Amino acid sequence: MLSIRSLHAGVEGREILRGIDLEVKAGEVHAVMGPNGSGKSTLAQVLAGHPAYAVTAGEVRYDGQNLLELSPEDRARAGVFLAFQYPVEIPGVSTAQFLKAAINEIRTRQGQEELDAIEFLALLREKLALVEMDQSFISRAVNEGFSGGEKKRNEILQLAVLKPKLAILDETDSGLDIDALRIVAHGVDALRTPDNAMILVTHYQRLLNYITPDYVHVLFNGRIVKSGGKELALELEAKGYDWIKDEVGAVEPLGAA
Amino acid sequence: MAEVATVKDTYLAAFEAFERGGAGGGPAWLLRLRREAIARFAEQGFPTVRLEDWKYTSVAPIAAMAFQLADGAFDRLPAEAIEALVVREPVAHRLVFVNGRYSAKLSSLAPLPAGARVASLAEALITDAAVLERHLARYAGSDGIGYGFTALNTAFAQDGAFVHLPPGVRVTEPIHLLFLATSLTAPVLAQPRNLIVADRGSEATIIERYAGLGDDPYCTNAVTEIVLGEGAALEHDKIEQEGELAFHVGTTQAVQERDSTFTSGSIAFGGRLTRNNLGVRFAGAGGTCTLNGLYVPHGGQHVDNHTLIEHAQPRCTSRQLYKGVLDGGAHAVFNGRVIVRQDAQHTDAHQTNKNLLLSEGAEVDTKPQLEIFADDVRCTHGAAVGQLDEDAVFYIRSRGLDTQAARTLLTYGFMSDVISRITVASIREELDGLLIARLRAGQGAKETR
Repeated sequence: MLSIRSLHAGVEGREILRGIDLEVKAGEVHAVMGPNGSGKSTLAQVLAGHPAYAVTAGEVRYDGQNLLELSPEDRARAGVFLAFQYPVEIPGVSTAQFLKAAINEIRTRQGQEELDAIEFLALLREKLALVEMDQSFISRAVNEGFSGGEKKRNEILQLAVLKPKLAILDETDSGLDIDALRIVAHGVDALRTPDNAMILVTHYQRLLNYITPDYVHVLFNGRIVKSGGKELALELEAKGYDWIKDEVGAVEPLGAA
Repeated sequence: MAEVATVKDTYLAAFEAFERGGAGGGPAWLLRLRREAIARFAEQGFPTVRLEDWKYTSVAPIAAMAFQLADGAFDRLPAEAIEALVVREPVAHRLVFVNGRYSAKLSSLAPLPAGARVASLAEALITDAAVLERHLARYAGSDGIGYGFTALNTAFAQDGAFVHLPPGVRVTEPIHLLFLATSLTAPVLAQPRNLIVADRGSEATIIERYAGLGDDPYCTNAVTEIVLGEGAALEHDKIEQEGELAFHVGTTQAVQERDSTFTSGSIAFGGRLTRNNLGVRFAGAGGTCTLNGLYVPHGGQHVDNHTLIEHAQPRCTSRQLYKGVLDGGAHAVFNGRVIVRQDAQHTDAHQTNKNLLLSEGAEVDTKPQLEIFADDVRCTHGAAVGQLDEDAVFYIRSRGLDTQAARTLLTYGFMSDVISRITVASIREELDGLLIARLRAGQGAKETR
């Protein structure tokens, strides 16, 4: 589904990703872990097409297309979804208005009929239950005045409604208390199907208590330096990231991080 | 400058002719008011940018243009344009005016509660003379925020809308006042004069709308006086959709007696130059006024909103929220003046002005003016000028909407709270449609550039 080859990218002339290789197949869940500043969020933003990030080398194929040539909206229409680490407020636009516009745009582009108001509301109600959100949420302006946990749940609600093929969750677990984490994680876990794939970008292992990844990758200094199964996450949790740094450092000298 | 004086002189000469012709046949008290007004106009003339209140808005084009005072002749009007505006949606109560003169043919009135009056001012001068004598031209003085424009209106005022709600009467259906304007041959000056008197405990919603019928230049100089009796509640929404080459100077002056509630919505779309003067005076304790405004100038439009709230009595509350969305080379002005007199203890006044600039060429001047002479009050104000949040644009795009749709959605969201405060659903929906169409057109123009 997704094939990343030797991806180099940066922001404002500063290189952050220094050669990422990653293969993601349908039905798989990949966890990308790493210490702060390792490039995790940059990877997520580059895959979603944030205009501030420049790709300097490498390629990303998604479903047979060159993903990097697509605009952010075309990526979304093709089934790529980014759950933001810091969801943005949209004053004056309700979650219902926003999601209805989004889903119907995506459906139209995918050759499906638009949902009418009643169909959309039925879908929205069903998905609200998944993330244990009250009906009143959907008439509030998108993320405006939401708590950190509410913002993250709203991202998962959008994920559930838009049903992407490839979901990238950028630190969706950060800043959540244990109850919100459980709700978010169960919501995400319920959305796993044999046809879609997920990339969970996270600093901590705790999200992975709820969602068992097929693969765990450690990102360090802009490169994936170690890959393994779910045990790798537990090892990182127990030992921290320093041993990775030591291991990598022993192999090659690092540039200034 | 000589030219300016000449135009002023033509109005003075026109008044002499008007007076010789019987001054519209009005009562003696009105003639007296007219004479006082023309004398003040002779003295003040049109405001210049040397006056602090007119610093950012030059009305020199109005002062220099030889407008003809509109008369009652409007037989050759573009019928289709009128149809589009009048028959768009049937409403219970609608008075229609063309170039400031009432048109019975275009108007419709459903039965009103006993004692309630909705009529043309020309008719009311005969049928409701006592109410008019008591209230007309008593509030919007030429020393008020309308300056010389109010004097000019008073001097020549012959028609407009008259609404009188007796004590305790509630008119449930909104009352629509539609002012159409067009220049048939030479540019006209339309000067509607409106009076709304809501007696003790009465309630109504009034929609005052100005619309141009074509792309011809004309000038509207409207004055509306609103009187709210004790405990009265009035919503007054003004929608300005004048033609693109039109000038609009609109002065609204409300006076609130004890515990009354005044809610004003002011939406400005049209006109080459618009100046809205909105004054509210608390003449009794415990009143509340809420002033909401939205202006969306584009191209070379200039729109200026001046508000003046006078807290003259204790325990009154005023809330102002004015928002602007500017595109092209538009220029907007917001000047919100709040005066809290010495006796107005426990005043609670809050003012917000927010502006969104969609282009580099747009410009806004925003100025709060708080003058507080009482010591136990709560007064706040805030002003902001900004651009669309690019992070939000990306967030929306990441959900499948293109840049144009994202910018339209964000801009719509910025304006939506002002629209949502209008209680008449059909007007809200119509404004939503108009605003979204304007935003899409603006975004479209940017893409093709």
